[in-house]
Amino acid sequence: MEEILKIEHLVKTFGTNEVLKDIDFTVSKGNVISIIGASGSGKSTLLRCINMLEEATGGKILYHGKDILSGEVDEDKYRTKVGMVFQSFNLFNNYSVLDNCILGQTHVLKRNKEEAKAKAIEYLSKVGMAQYIKAKPRQLSGGQKQRVAIARALAMDPEVLLFDEPTSALDPEMVGEVLDVMKDLAEGGMTMLVVTHEMAFARDVSNRVIYMADGRIEEEGSPKDIFYNPQSPRTKEFLSRFTAN
Amino acid sequence: MKLSQSSLLLSDFGGEMTIAEMNFFQRMIYILQQYGGSLVKGAATTMAIAIICTLLGCVIGFAVGLVQTTEPHKKDGLLKRGILRVVKFILTAYVEVFRGTPMMLQAAFIYYGMSQLFGINLGMWSAAIIIVSVNTGAYMAETVRGGILSVDPGQREGARAIGMSHFQTMLLVILPQALRNIMPQIGNNLIINIKDTCVLSIIGTVELFFTFKSISGALYTYFEAATVTMIIYFVLTFACSRILRYVESRMDGPSNFDLATTDTLAFTSGLTKYNAKKGGTF
Ligand SMILES: Nc1ncnc2c1ncn2[C@@H]1O[C@H](COP(=O)(O)OP(=O)(O)O)[C@@H](O)[C@H]1O
Ligand SMILES: [Mg+2]
Repeated sequence: MEEILKIEHLVKTFGTNEVLKDIDFTVSKGNVISIIGASGSGKSTLLRCINMLEEATGGKILYHGKDILSGEVDEDKYRTKVGMVFQSFNLFNNYSVLDNCILGQTHVLKRNKEEAKAKAIEYLSKVGMAQYIKAKPRQLSGGQKQRVAIARALAMDPEVLLFDEPTSALDPEMVGEVLDVMKDLAEGGMTMLVVTHEMAFARDVSNRVIYMADGRIEEEGSPKDIFYNPQSPRTKEFLSRFTAN
Repeated sequence: MKLSQSSLLLSDFGGEMTIAEMNFFQRMIYILQQYGGSLVKGAATTMAIAIICTLLGCVIGFAVGLVQTTEPHKKDGLLKRGILRVVKFILTAYVEVFRGTPMMLQAAFIYYGMSQLFGINLGMWSAAIIIVSVNTGAYMAETVRGGILSVDPGQREGARAIGMSHFQTMLLVILPQALRNIMPQIGNNLIINIKDTCVLSIIGTVELFFTFKSISGALYTYFEAATVTMIIYFVLTFACSRILRYVESRMDGPSNFDLATTDTLAFTSGLTKYNAKKGGTF
């Protein structure tokens, strides 16, 4: 399987606080990887380093073999290939739903307006939001905003999508609509790296699960291994919180 | 001379009458009849200076605010960092000096200083516009800086995450929102400028306050002239604040939006109104 991202000995410190300690893993085409772990274990920081919103302190992030930290990869171009969906949506408040999905295409990818619009509508339909193209973000519910944010990321034709707790800011009744969209994407072959507290998603949709604790990968394996046969006592302890009821 | 003219005009009010004999309302009417044209001209000058200078001040304010909120990139060299620091220092000095001294003195300083030190004779209009713009710019710089910082950092991250450059992010996402956030302060500045152009009378700009001084100087009717001029100022500022409110609400766009009909199977009957406030009843 074609390797897209290879993380080697990744380290990130904030001041003296070492948040990521020697992280190693590989993302290949078509992988759907769930990253689980307690709050504060460094999951967001890991995604933000991969998307270059934070600058890694040490180690390598290889994108098709090229280290993005070395300066030889164009940061903005790289970001179009590695999209990100945030917990807080981060839709552009000053644009309509449609323009949110067009802006990056026309200004970053230099697509013409027609093509960008067609693509935006295609992906908005995919997430079930095509009817809302004229709405402003503030007029949408959380679940709707997140689906638009996913469409916005997809419209850039990324190779990998990073999701940072995409359902954590949602009211419970809206979690399902977003997870359904993500499940569709996964089944369609999208390469995804998903930080989540939705254990059912991690277990049923992803094909690999990474459990993080204290800035390290404590355990990594298939959903079956992690959920039904965890090796590390810390993984067991963490998962027991979800299976208690 | 003037007084005899006035007695002619005021014959309707009961024959020959001097200013001294008129009552409050007669004097105001007299001022309007005699100086209406000058007052309109003065008001127009005041408005022109206030509007032009508020706009120019905004441009200056955005430029300065943009530089002041720019952080050096991690990969920038020492030279680039050094230049940015020096520029930021100069801009901070500009903001502090122009906010910290009276505009009337700034006007005298620039107008007379230019001619005395450099032999440059600024025309009255250019002097007026430079002074008020530069002064407004100093205030706007701080306002813009605050406006930029008040935009949710997530907006920047959302833009950067789809590959927008710093420049694109600022231009397309952050500044439009900052502009909307600071619209009330821009309006405030416009209103302050309408009133504060009066200090330009020190360099001889014939604006509304200058007209007031001429009228009261000629007729010795300070109270009536002040009343008339105040009413004009108030009408101008009040109209501006209403217009700006309207502009703000236009910027916000409608609170309703139309559901698009791309899904023709579900919506065969044309556009369906979706009321966002009522939370999703069709
Ligand atoms: N910008 C920052 N500055 C300093 N410390 C940070 C910053 N961002 C995150 N951290 C710290 O890094 C640790 C990991 O945070 P995070 O990656 O957000 O964890 P998670 O997403 O797993 O909850 C936390 O201890 C947090 O306080
Ligand atoms: Mg997090």
